[in-house]
Amino acid sequence: MVEIRIHGRGGQGNVLAAYLLATAAFLEGKYSQAFPSFGAERRGAPIAAFVRIESTPILRRSQVTAPRYLILQDHGLLRIAETVTGLVREGAILVNSPDSADTIRSRLGEEGFSIDPSVRIASIPATRLAMELMGRPIPNAPLLSAFLSLTGILSADSLVQALSGRFSGDVLQKNLSLVKAGGSLVEAGLWKETVNA
Amino acid sequence: MREALEGSQAIARAVALCRPQVVAAYPITPQTHIVEGLARLIADGLLAAELVSVESEFSAASVVLGAAAAGSRSYTASASQGILLMSEVLYNISGLRIPVVLTCANRAVSSPVSIWNDHQDSMAVRDSGWIQLYCADNQEAVDTTIQAFRISERTELPVMVCMDGFTLTHTLEPIDLPEAAQVDAFLPPFHFSRTLSSVAPLSQGTLVSPEFFTEMRYLQHRAFDAAEREILETDRDWGHLVGRECGGLLHVEGDREAPVGILAMGSVYGTLKDAHQAGLLGRHVRLLRLRSFRPFPAEAIRRACTGLADLLVLDRALSPGSGGIVAHEIRSALYGVPGAPRVANVVVGLGGRNVPDGIFREMLDSLEKNPPAFSFFDLDPRKLPDPGPDASAPSGSLFSPR
Repeated sequence: MVEIRIHGRGGQGNVLAAYLLATAAFLEGKYSQAFPSFGAERRGAPIAAFVRIESTPILRRSQVTAPRYLILQDHGLLRIAETVTGLVREGAILVNSPDSADTIRSRLGEEGFSIDPSVRIASIPATRLAMELMGRPIPNAPLLSAFLSLTGILSADSLVQALSGRFSGDVLQKNLSLVKAGGSLVEAGLWKETVNA
Repeated sequence: MREALEGSQAIARAVALCRPQVVAAYPITPQTHIVEGLARLIADGLLAAELVSVESEFSAASVVLGAAAAGSRSYTASASQGILLMSEVLYNISGLRIPVVLTCANRAVSSPVSIWNDHQDSMAVRDSGWIQLYCADNQEAVDTTIQAFRISERTELPVMVCMDGFTLTHTLEPIDLPEAAQVDAFLPPFHFSRTLSSVAPLSQGTLVSPEFFTEMRYLQHRAFDAAEREILETDRDWGHLVGRECGGLLHVEGDREAPVGILAMGSVYGTLKDAHQAGLLGRHVRLLRLRSFRPFPAEAIRRACTGLADLLVLDRALSPGSGGIVAHEIRSALYGVPGAPRVANVVVGLGGRNVPDGIFREMLDSLEKNPPAFSFFDLDPRKLPDPGPDASAPSGSLFSPR
């Protein structure tokens, strides 16, 4: 089972990002589950959302405490210990940040969080992309696209399909351009991942 | 058709498939999305129902009482304080034997304020005369919602469908929504035997003197015996129609011959079953999932406990000064039964505290050390005013942001 935790602030589309990922997995015939940890939607407050993807039905409903992947919509949350808690060895962190992966790794060290050397880190400037292409600081679409490109766990087409089920018109078109832009900023298949029983 | 749906949206769609004529509800977290979903279906012309906007849960319950008494299939939903504000009317609905379906998006009760999940709200109205069915997952919540209308209309007892707030209501997962034709075949149009009508007037809710009161209450109590049969039959019929059942009154699985059992209600059962399948329990364990809390299936519980030496009962609500509520009733059902298991009661997951898959093995291990009859299993003593010298975190507390 692939377990993913998304961290962000209320208003950044964290729960939506989790729902989109689970929907994309469903569209590929996989079993999936997505839910928020907080539910009390408050703009700016730290929020976590969880995603599970598996090839068989998912029974467990506990929070994701040992994620394989972290998707951080706001790099300011790297200062909070809970953000990186439980990340497994050889896990990976995708951060919305203009900073390089090396800079982020050393900042985590400065904050006193021990990140296993086997943990992979990547970053894309998703907020900047969203401001340029959509005019709003909602980083979820380019981040999800980059995540799918890095892991190959699901196709970008499935994400496009999931977005098409939620949005239409101009909002959809802008999100689709963000998907295209986000995916192109990372090396495809760098974090190769497959869903197994 | 299978779709990836948020639990609340799936419930709204399931309710719409049952063609209610009146929906009245007041929004409260974590129930809100259900009512929003129904409002949207009505506004979009996909459901021909009267949506009554009310100013409180007291009114919501009163509206569905009146609407159902006048012969309309009626639905409402609430949670937490909303259920408590309804409580006076809940007794009226059941005492008048009026069929109504209510979804309780289970949430803790204030104070302290918590919007998160436990079972305190529905447990607070366990004696209100409503059937209470607890759902393990969103598929079951959808199926149970549809079953609930039939059970309620056949027994003339109101049904509360209990689904865990957030853990189910806000979880998106694949759900199979039945076809409208299937539901229509399963659930005939509502016909209330005592419909209020200007053509054939009758009175309901009149004063009952001591001469008849006990008999009224007796009949209400006896109706729950018939409800046990109706719940089982409805679940079986549903199974024939769609190919899946919801577990009747009490579902037993796992290692049937094991001397140790765990009983749970609601969505935490999924995590327990997952832990069992993954071999995390470290021993053979019989798994018991209580779906029907009212009626309380005492006979089925006695049968399911045969051969058990120990039964661990999980409670997700508290009766302060007494302990867990479900375990209390389990012990009562087992009273006087020769060879009945020792019942250990733990309360876990109050106010939304995460129940991790590793916690069940710790509970089972504790059985070997002569555990107390009741304990707060995931209590973190370090957070108490006087933690004591040996205070340590419960190993279940892995991720608790804020």
